[in-house]
Amino acid sequence: MDVIDTLAGIVPGSRMDAVRDGRKVARTHAQKSYEVLLTPAEPGDFTVAARFAIAAYVAGLHHGGVTADHYADGLATHGGAALAQAVAEAVAQTAAEGPRGAYPPGPLSAEDTPAPAFALSASVTQALGPKLVAGFDYAHYLVFHPRDAAAARFAPLTAAGWTEDTIVSLSQLASFLAFQIRVVAGLSVLAATP
Amino acid sequence: MPDTAVPNVFTRAQIGWVPFVEPLSEAELTPHHIAALIDAARAKSEYFRLLARDPDALEHRTRTDKDIFYNPEAGAPRADRELAAAAVSRFNGCIYCCSVHARFAATYAKREADVDRLLADGVGADLGERWNAIVAASVALTAIPMTFGPEHVTRLRATGMDDLAISDIIQAAAFFNWANRLMLSLGEASADRPPNGASR
Repeated sequence: MDVIDTLAGIVPGSRMDAVRDGRKVARTHAQKSYEVLLTPAEPGDFTVAARFAIAAYVAGLHHGGVTADHYADGLATHGGAALAQAVAEAVAQTAAEGPRGAYPPGPLSAEDTPAPAFALSASVTQALGPKLVAGFDYAHYLVFHPRDAAAARFAPLTAAGWTEDTIVSLSQLASFLAFQIRVVAGLSVLAATP
Repeated sequence: MPDTAVPNVFTRAQIGWVPFVEPLSEAELTPHHIAALIDAARAKSEYFRLLARDPDALEHRTRTDKDIFYNPEAGAPRADRELAAAAVSRFNGCIYCCSVHARFAATYAKREADVDRLLADGVGADLGERWNAIVAASVALTAIPMTFGPEHVTRLRATGMDDLAISDIIQAAAFFNWANRLMLSLGEASADRPPNGASR
């Protein structure tokens, strides 16, 4: 059983086990994606603790249920209880709804919706440190209003010590979570609706 | 760096994409990077050479993507999977991704007018019951908080879909929540650059 099976409650030999087996390659590589993004052999200067912090934050923002619990537990293991507590507070302080944001000016501007604010308390900012705060700000926008993308969004990351390579890994991690959380949620409903 | 030709409408036309973060150059690609591209031709794409900065993440993402969309064994027809991708892209607001998958959905289903209605009117457009059910399920999975529930499964089932087909719609919609975020955040759509060969 891989992590999606575990979180969606899919057990070997079940109806949903057969469904997942119908897309065996996706099943294998969704799991591999999880492994290389959360616990890579060479995490470089994007530590495993920081990866679980980003993941726990993104899953928390999604109201990710069992998936959010999984990453909160992983963060407590890899980053410690204090960091896990700070991330839980960050989720509560920046909760919002999505997708939102603004289109390039033109006919679609009528569909624009305001971006939710990102603001952390002084104590959470202190506990996370500048690199994770910049990463959370970026992840918050990716989760809730990715259409507000702009080249200017990278300057705060770079200033906080994120390199071009780790910016790509950060983007992949937050975006992969957006996938994994929804697969778990969707397959859980399908499993319960025979 | 941002150019003056950013598309500001949803379209089925071919558009380009310009990175915000510097891709690796072709000369910098190691055998590890090239293996992660899966298709050697992707070395020509700035998007894939940018994602190659994390080669293992790129490789496993690409293999996941291809099985969800291209595996022809049973499940949902390709057109339905592409419709889910286009609907999620329309809802999240990824003009580039939406252009690619609107083209695929229109081509595989031979339903250009319905796809154009989705682009023009958004995810509330009336596309007939089967496609309405697919769009509604895709949107419910994409919204935060998610609103996907048993009623979406029941509605898809009523259009004749079995478990694997419904799972294909779930995975296609979920995958585009991954793809949209990379394509939107790491660069921007551009009308005056040639298409970069990236589809997701």
